[in-house]
Amino acid sequence: MGSTLAEKLWSSHLVRSAAGEPDLLYIDLHLIHEVTSPQAFDGLRLAGRTVRRPELTLATEDHNVPTTDLLAPIADPVSRLQVETLRSNCAEFGITLYPMGHSEQGIVHVIGPQLGITQPGMTLVCGDSHTSTHGAFGALAFGIGTSQVEHVLATQTLPLERPKTMAVTVEGQLPPGVTPKDVILAVIAKTGTGGGQGYMVEYRGEVFRQMSMEGRMTVCNMSIEWGARAGLIAPDQTTFDYLRGRPHAPTGADWDAAVAYWTTLVTDPDAAFDAEVRLSAADISPFVTWGTNPAQGAPLSDRVPDPAGFGTEAERASAEKALSYMGLTAGTPLRDIAVDTVFLGSCTNGRIEDLRAAAAVLRGRTVADGVRMLVVPGSMRVREQAEREGLDAVFTAAGAEWRQAGCSMCLGMNPDQLSSGERSASTSNRNFEGRQGKGGRTHLVSPPVAAATAVTGRLTSPADL
Amino acid sequence: MDSFTVHTGRAVPLRRSNVDTDQIIPAVYLKRVTRTGFADALFQAWRADEPDFVLNQQRHAGATVLVAGADFGTGSSREHAVWALWDYGFRVVISSRFADIFRGNSLKTGLLTVMLPEPVVQRLLDAVDADPGVEVTVDLEQRQVRWLAEVHGFELDDYTRWRLLEGLDDIALTLRDTAAIDRFEQGRASWLPVAQPR
Repeated sequence: MGSTLAEKLWSSHLVRSAAGEPDLLYIDLHLIHEVTSPQAFDGLRLAGRTVRRPELTLATEDHNVPTTDLLAPIADPVSRLQVETLRSNCAEFGITLYPMGHSEQGIVHVIGPQLGITQPGMTLVCGDSHTSTHGAFGALAFGIGTSQVEHVLATQTLPLERPKTMAVTVEGQLPPGVTPKDVILAVIAKTGTGGGQGYMVEYRGEVFRQMSMEGRMTVCNMSIEWGARAGLIAPDQTTFDYLRGRPHAPTGADWDAAVAYWTTLVTDPDAAFDAEVRLSAADISPFVTWGTNPAQGAPLSDRVPDPAGFGTEAERASAEKALSYMGLTAGTPLRDIAVDTVFLGSCTNGRIEDLRAAAAVLRGRTVADGVRMLVVPGSMRVREQAEREGLDAVFTAAGAEWRQAGCSMCLGMNPDQLSSGERSASTSNRNFEGRQGKGGRTHLVSPPVAAATAVTGRLTSPADL
Repeated sequence: MDSFTVHTGRAVPLRRSNVDTDQIIPAVYLKRVTRTGFADALFQAWRADEPDFVLNQQRHAGATVLVAGADFGTGSSREHAVWALWDYGFRVVISSRFADIFRGNSLKTGLLTVMLPEPVVQRLLDAVDADPGVEVTVDLEQRQVRWLAEVHGFELDDYTRWRLLEGLDDIALTLRDTAAIDRFEQGRASWLPVAQPR
């Protein structure tokens, strides 16, 4: 019997395997940032250890950086100390760092692909759950905690139990106006937040084959939101075209050797998955969330659900608590929900294609009175590209704020936060209670829906305008 | 890491499912560069905004076992969630299902996460609600949870159990395989990327 893509990636990185013990897996690239690394470096120092392969480690500052002025000192002393700690740790251990103000700085999951350092067939980890983003290239990529960050720094390996494999197949053609974000929100609503638990998931079928790399990254990014350990899409010509010519992509004979290898990274026709989920593309429409976890979502054309309609007591209790927190009444059309803030950005939807999609909706329109819209590019390169294309002018002419790169309001670690009771339409990945600021209420949406919502002040799709 | 053999303590019933890591510790508390000092941040929003929240109830003061609904620890990879639970005084979390990264983090740190079937978790929640003085014993050697007359086995792989019982440092274990790591590195393709700017 053949192997799945995930199994091939796993077995090609096995350093050691023994019955009754976890496998020891080699890690090709370790991305680090200021929030989950300081305690790991402290651990190394305490134990008298060093970084085994500093050249396979890449750092940037993204989680708590301000997005207003990247050259001014950070006002919050605690944030500033954390960023300074990353800088001194990288200097001490010889790690390349793209700090605030550098042209390569940005959200860790945006800069890896854009540098071409995320490549098919690799294992890649980062102390951040959205590391699954890099699976879009056919790399085995997953988020880890700080103890594991320390482990990778010290050994360039991780001891891991091999997860099971799952296929998510979406066949057919997406209706017009339906984006990769809608696809993954629909998948999560179908599976629940724990549906992918214990699995490495491969997204398969026509819909993903036709998707751009940016779209594939959006899908793989949110794998963690339904509990999956990793999300993967087999590399193909779209992947190779994206990578060719990027700063860290192989060149010349190395490029040919790499492509020859990457072409083998597919699930064999006779391979078997441990589980499979199927969706029909034709059934997917613009999707938004109404609750406080990413599985509590529905098509924009629906209404806020009645908790009594859920199958289990736990689901009913969860929906009731969510509606109470969100300040919503069952039966309200989702299109009637008014928002105060629109956030366009994050490792989910902060890439150039996302900004283009939103700008296309906003061109010649204005942000509704009383609504603030923040546009936060995923990286300084994305920002630069958008400015070359004149997208910044579209956003500012519409009344939106054009910011510097970072994680920003996705998790509200920097000053970009919702105040209590404030409601947002956000292109980010989590609608957890208080995620974007204490008491803040988040509706997850796609970039085009975010832009259309900014125009009307209510959850809106571009087709409604 | 401290070793874990048997722990006995009172329990807190947290009747909520999908308790995500942003609830366990909001992001604004992740700016510290230390591994300790996160006790105040644990469930900060719920403790501040809900006077009846279980951790605000005096009858549960001093409890060391947290019993929660399904899908505990979903969301971010922040190990600070584990450190906050530990700093507050918890040594065990019991649920019917944990998010993978949270569970991995907890078992690296010595906070034991125990999975029991949902109906058993419900019985434990009911028992603790009825009498907050009920003592719960979590026995890693026997792989059992016991309270009153109830005895329930739980699953944990032999390797992780051994590591926790001995309080072993994962990195030290892996460093014994340095020769195998060296060998693996010799076979890596020469075109694989490195992080230095080209």
